[in-house]
Amino acid sequence: MSVNLTLLTVMGALYACGIYLIMERSLTRVLLGLMLLANATNLLILATGGYAGLAPMFSKDTDPGDYSDPLPQALILTSIVISFAVTAFMLGIIYRTWVLARQDEIQDDVEDIRVAETPSFDAEDDAEIPVETSEFPLTMIGSDGRGISDSGISDGGASGASRASDGGASGASDGGASDGRDGGIATVKVGDRKIAAEDAAAEEQPGSQNVIAGPEGGVK
Amino acid sequence: MNIVSFAPLAVVLPILGAALTFVLIRHSRAQRAVSITLLSLTLLLECVLLASVWDGGTAAVNVGGWLPPWGIVLVVDQFSSLMLVVSSSVSLAVLVYATGQGMADGDQDAPLSIFHPTYLILVAGVSNAFLSGDLFNLYVGFEILLTASYVLMTLGGTGPRIRAGVTYVVVSVVSSILFLIAIAMIYGATGTINMADLAIKLADLDPGTRMLLHVMLLVAFGIKAAVFPLSFWLPDSYPTAPAPVTAVFAGLLTKVGVYAMVRTETLLFPGDSLNTPLMVAALLTMVVGIMGALAQSDIKRLLSFTLVSHIGYMVFGLAMSSVAGLGAAVFYVTHHITIQTSLFLVTGLIERRGGSSSIDRVAGLAKLSPVLALLFFIPAMNLAGIPPFSGFLGKLGLLQAGVQLGTPLAYALVIGGVLTSLLTLLAIARVWNRAFWRKPEDAENPDPVLLAAPEDAETGDRAGKRNVTLLPRTMVGSTMGLVAFGVALTVFAGPLFRVADQSAVEMLDRTSYIQAVLGEHAPVPPIAQEGRK
Repeated sequence: MSVNLTLLTVMGALYACGIYLIMERSLTRVLLGLMLLANATNLLILATGGYAGLAPMFSKDTDPGDYSDPLPQALILTSIVISFAVTAFMLGIIYRTWVLARQDEIQDDVEDIRVAETPSFDAEDDAEIPVETSEFPLTMIGSDGRGISDSGISDGGASGASRASDGGASGASDGGASDGRDGGIATVKVGDRKIAAEDAAAEEQPGSQNVIAGPEGGVK
Repeated sequence: MNIVSFAPLAVVLPILGAALTFVLIRHSRAQRAVSITLLSLTLLLECVLLASVWDGGTAAVNVGGWLPPWGIVLVVDQFSSLMLVVSSSVSLAVLVYATGQGMADGDQDAPLSIFHPTYLILVAGVSNAFLSGDLFNLYVGFEILLTASYVLMTLGGTGPRIRAGVTYVVVSVVSSILFLIAIAMIYGATGTINMADLAIKLADLDPGTRMLLHVMLLVAFGIKAAVFPLSFWLPDSYPTAPAPVTAVFAGLLTKVGVYAMVRTETLLFPGDSLNTPLMVAALLTMVVGIMGALAQSDIKRLLSFTLVSHIGYMVFGLAMSSVAGLGAAVFYVTHHITIQTSLFLVTGLIERRGGSSSIDRVAGLAKLSPVLALLFFIPAMNLAGIPPFSGFLGKLGLLQAGVQLGTPLAYALVIGGVLTSLLTLLAIARVWNRAFWRKPEDAENPDPVLLAAPEDAETGDRAGKRNVTLLPRTMVGSTMGLVAFGVALTVFAGPLFRVADQSAVEMLDRTSYIQAVLGEHAPVPPIAQEGRK
């Protein structure tokens, strides 16, 4: 099978330029790269047909070996139609990107970046769960062995007992709110301040008036 | 006149439907009726085709009366007809689901009316790829389905979809160009592109040339089938598409790639020594894929990663190139098309009911919608391979075949397979715990829909009723149908496994295929024995 050297050289150049261009971040260049690759492939298919011969119109006097191979040309025709459709579609996409973002760049996947930046610690899955040891859970032992108070429901002597153990536990986590009774009003210690228990309870409820819903959680 | 002569209708009917629905673009009701009717007819035809080859045998149709190896030939055997039936059943369920969604949302005008014609063209492309007995026709089948999928992927043209669409289109086009280059090389080397003819002529080639052609085809199909490390594009692009579109992509498109890999390995290049690299790729696909799934918080993305991961099982079965392995892989493809599609459909329902598909936001669905919980639970357990579901049976078949093979690499894959199955269970259980069992109040940032007070039994009042999008019956019904189909695969696993094994015997033997296409006197070359146990 003889091969046309010019065709092969052009094909190689087209492949080289095409591969260079699809590595770019600009969409138009990527499209140009894809077009070059498709055309280089068409030349490759043409080269597989061997040397150029007679038009494949059957006549009994002609030796079959003199004809051009018609099959590669049929294949090329199909592949040209397909790459035409894809090019048109890509142009549509590029136009749409331009309309939407005023830029012609391939953008990163936001969710991908978010997942990559998420720490391996998941508050819901990995937070310390207090170990419950008594049948009536007034005081619980954390996994570090220290007492964690059960806020809100304790009263009387038990309250005193739990308050005694509060010193170490409160502030260990957000949930470690201690309860206290100041002047008959139940309060809850949140961080470094105290708020009335009713308000605190209201904030625990969804749709609270005190909390404005935001995309990244409630904002007070 | 044989019934198999009607095989081209499996491609022609959907294309006819596409033309009709395109004409009826302003009449959405007629559009729906036409597309559902024609797809049902296609499915019926394919069931008849499957029945005609159920007990083995291969039949070929010469399209346009051109004799092979010059003309295009369509081949119906057990594997291709089984794939046709499963893919059309799945497509039909998704089509009904999509029409239900369209009706509920009231988006009956352009550009979404383009959905029906495009969808039918996608189905035609898938059928063409499954039936094709000609390498270039396989390429055309791929291009038909890919071009349709570009349109479906970017339906509506929103920012995220365009972004995902760009990655998808560029990767697909590059893989198609690789495939086309491989075809050109093969034609240059052998002078034919008929697959049965190639099976004879490739055997005469120099082993080095044959290896080059083999690797080129495998790389091209590996991108389409999302085999690691060529799978990076899939989880980026699938999740942003509309739910029914993602579902049908996840079910069908990668499996067409797997189908093409199976044909390459068994028909064109049997017994070549690429089984070891394929096994390594299978192991990495399984393990890396499922690790990705564990990190995700969006259900659609998580499922996309499990999709990549489970492609590894099929490649594993293929790489063993034993009857047991290949048969299990065929069964696994059937199972996975159905299950993965139903899971994506259920995710669409979750998104609809719970307002989001992120497991940080969705909660309490088991109480809000027990039907939805059931619909998720069955395919989820099936995917994870919990007995007695078909996922378990398929994995069991693969593991048995692996142990039978007995090489150290096969044992590594058996261990990897079990590990992947367990990790899938972990990923799926996380979704279950959070989206279904957790109280809405416990969620980090629950959607207001979930917090609406439950229905008052006496008055039927529902606080915040306007927020609650109820699930349309058509959507739930079609999902239910597909889940039931998945369960049926479990119930009828015995006969199905028999057919899968038989098709594996025929594919590895090749005589039936080659003689069906080229006539009874065609010589079947002995399989090159290098690298074959």
